[in-house]
Amino acid sequence: MPNLHTITFTLNGRKLQKTIPASTMLLNFIRDELNLKGAKPGCEEGECGACTVLIDGEPVNSCLYLAVNIDGKEVTTIEGLSLTGDLDPVQNALVQHGGIQCGFCTPGMVMTIKAFHTECRSQNLIPGREQIKKALEGNLCRCTGYTKIVEAVEALFER
Amino acid sequence: MHDILQIIGRPTPKIDGKIRASGKAVYGHDIVLPNMLYGAILRAKYPVADIISIDITKALALPGVISVITAGDVDVHNISYKRDHPILKKGEVNCIRDEIAAVAAVSKETARKALNLIKVEYRVKSGIFDPLEALKVDAPQINKFFKGETNKNIAHAFHYEHGNLQEWKDKSFCIVSRRYNLPRVTHCCLGTCAITADYSTLDKRLTLYSVTQVPFLYQRDIAHALKMEPSDIRIIQPVIGGGFGSKLDMYPYEPICALLSMKTGQPVQIVFDREEEFLASPTRQTMVIDLSTGADKTGRFTFREVQIIKDNGAYTSWGATTPFVMMQTFSSLYQIPACLFDSYAVYTNNVYAGSFRGYGNPQATFALERNIDLMAQELGMDRAEIRLLNANFPGETTGQGLTYHTCGHKQALETVIEKSGYIQKKSVKSPGRYKRGIGFGSMLHVGGGAKIYRSDGCGTTVKFDAYGYLTIITGSTEIGQGSETVLAMIAAEELGIPLDKIKVINTDTDVKPWDVGVHASRTSFVAGNSLLGAVAQLKKKISPKAAQMLKTVESGLDYRSGLITARQTGASIKIDKVIREIHFNAPNELCVANYYYEPGSQFQDKNYMGNVSGAYAFAAQAVEVEVDTYTGNVKVLDVYVAQDVGKVLNPLGLSGQIEGGVVMGMGYALTEELLMEEGRILNPNFHNYKLPTAGDIPNIHFFPIETQDSAGPYGAKGVGEAPLIPTPAAIANAVANALGVEIDSLPMTPEKVLKAWKKTI
Repeated sequence: MPNLHTITFTLNGRKLQKTIPASTMLLNFIRDELNLKGAKPGCEEGECGACTVLIDGEPVNSCLYLAVNIDGKEVTTIEGLSLTGDLDPVQNALVQHGGIQCGFCTPGMVMTIKAFHTECRSQNLIPGREQIKKALEGNLCRCTGYTKIVEAVEALFER
Repeated sequence: MHDILQIIGRPTPKIDGKIRASGKAVYGHDIVLPNMLYGAILRAKYPVADIISIDITKALALPGVISVITAGDVDVHNISYKRDHPILKKGEVNCIRDEIAAVAAVSKETARKALNLIKVEYRVKSGIFDPLEALKVDAPQINKFFKGETNKNIAHAFHYEHGNLQEWKDKSFCIVSRRYNLPRVTHCCLGTCAITADYSTLDKRLTLYSVTQVPFLYQRDIAHALKMEPSDIRIIQPVIGGGFGSKLDMYPYEPICALLSMKTGQPVQIVFDREEEFLASPTRQTMVIDLSTGADKTGRFTFREVQIIKDNGAYTSWGATTPFVMMQTFSSLYQIPACLFDSYAVYTNNVYAGSFRGYGNPQATFALERNIDLMAQELGMDRAEIRLLNANFPGETTGQGLTYHTCGHKQALETVIEKSGYIQKKSVKSPGRYKRGIGFGSMLHVGGGAKIYRSDGCGTTVKFDAYGYLTIITGSTEIGQGSETVLAMIAAEELGIPLDKIKVINTDTDVKPWDVGVHASRTSFVAGNSLLGAVAQLKKKISPKAAQMLKTVESGLDYRSGLITARQTGASIKIDKVIREIHFNAPNELCVANYYYEPGSQFQDKNYMGNVSGAYAFAAQAVEVEVDTYTGNVKVLDVYVAQDVGKVLNPLGLSGQIEGGVVMGMGYALTEELLMEEGRILNPNFHNYKLPTAGDIPNIHFFPIETQDSAGPYGAKGVGEAPLIPTPAAIANAVANALGVEIDSLPMTPEKVLKAWKKTI
């Protein structure tokens, strides 16, 4: 029998308890156990960022993160950003600025930007273009050439 | 007709943007069907070997394994463009991708475990990994299913010529001959290959949730492979995580998934992980291009003579037909009186090549534009001048018979020359460690479809419901490029209803009318024209009733703001009221219309002569780079893009295509290469296969050239592939300019650049 662990965590604002094998990766846990399909398996080796979720506000590659480690923590997935029915300003900026083409990288991109935006805001920082590019380096996109994504992030800080 | 456009030409966010932004879009990876099994494929351990035995007993005995299949268990046809590709391999393997067995199991983990329990005994053989070796007389035949036409290992040869080559060679003052080497790169769609097959044993019908970009050709291909009736196969396209040409062919994993579903009577899903994606999805052709080009004393181009050897890999895909496009560039980009073109797709035991955005054109353009710089140098001419002197022009019919009703080539060149500040910058020398350079590249590509299949058409059905909402059912496919949005914009423009009252249905072959597929940058042009035709038919139903209700003539109606208005009286009526009037009163009619659009292009004859596209797209790019002479690192600073798009339909979608294409071209130019050794892939991951990241991107300055081609919707031409095509050429010319070196291969890695630089000092 696999080594089972019971974990208690908050997922998109809701408290949950699950018993899972110690070896389960967070991405598989989210997609297969919790049936939330927003986080994407782009490479499953921590290179592309499509599976990015927030753990206590920090972006992580959920494909490399053991699900047992969310015990006692708060997990936010892409589904958690538009719970009220409206898009989050980050999602809206990507839509309005044309930062989405095929959209497979988008959920991870959104979560990375969300964390970056929150972090900058908390420090009263308005990042320059180069800082924004740097922040996005861990998220691969093959369609857009990144330009419109960078512009969307810039627009978030212009408000 | 379109004096004042309401929506066309205005930046419009994708209508499917919100669903993609919210994580709710359902990709192939996200599909879960009741009772679904997971499939996995056992591939060759060696690129070239005889299979002595396959033992599946242990795999079958593993709890949770429902089925294991090998070539002996299935009755199927070979697949591929040349029908030279067995779905499951029998007796031998010829490529490291080769599929030997497949498993269906209750979980992904069980399926993977089962693969490890299949015992295959091989007799390893030596292979041929260099196409030039494969062409030698004593080379063995690599693909035994291929009936050699000219040579046992030439999968596809093309010969094209126009003009008197010798005469124009004699007239040449300067002749430049070079050999160029182009690397193996791959699409790297963020969404890997994914398919779910659901076979019903009751009615013998198969539903495939497939990421194909050519659903109707795919339906026919899969039917042939499985010996089924095409109409018994329904293709449903989930949201597609990137295409770029990779989904033009059908690959073995697709019929394999169907076979597993047929064997088990349960739905089966196969999803590639990233390593399998690198290993088993197609690549751009590697090429060796030998190119001779000439010019007279004044710099006018005289001739081009080109021979291309392409590495086909072990099997043939649509990619073998890329010379259709390449020969256009050699025969018709810039004015050229004589051209001789030969190409050979040669079998090797490498992974097989497929089609990739640009379809051979980035390779052809790289060679051609490098030679132009070298000719300018020999003639002592300015690099911009020689291009302007030879540029294509409106009204030109080229040696190959392409007719340019509109042509923004010269204007595009003038634009990037001016905007890049070339004249001021060209004489500035950078004395220190960092050297700057500017390079140019032009491109010609089909912009109005390409008549290479029996029809290049697209069907559309439009239907109004009783509340004034319009559903567009189009044969065309959205793969992220934004065509769905452009179609909705066209309908909104023509019918005067808001975008949020328009739905686009385009994912089900049982529902949508036929379309040849997403390729040749054709969707906005062909599907757009098809929709315009359907809307015109729809208006023929609505306008007489509206005219009657408004007591005016049909020709005097305006469709705007959800109303139909009589121009003469100013009286208006809601469009949905007219629709209800037609529907619910005798003789009771629905507001539904169909249209099939076929571009007015021609099939080329056996000599490849003919006007193959409804319109042609042109572009020029100027690129400024900075090269670090200590490290060989190339930084692309600015890319100036001027592209003849006919007419801008959606500026937001258009510039997105431009930026995405330029950055993809930059990856091809500088960092990307699928490294192979003796038939094995050395870097099947994003750590060692270097895609551009956000930190690498240059400033991209885009200047659309609107030439208003009467064949296109509102004057528009195809856009999608073009921005990638001249970028590698322009970057190479910029690096050559910065350092005073020759660049004859891609990618321009720091190592390669440094080596070239060190030769000069």
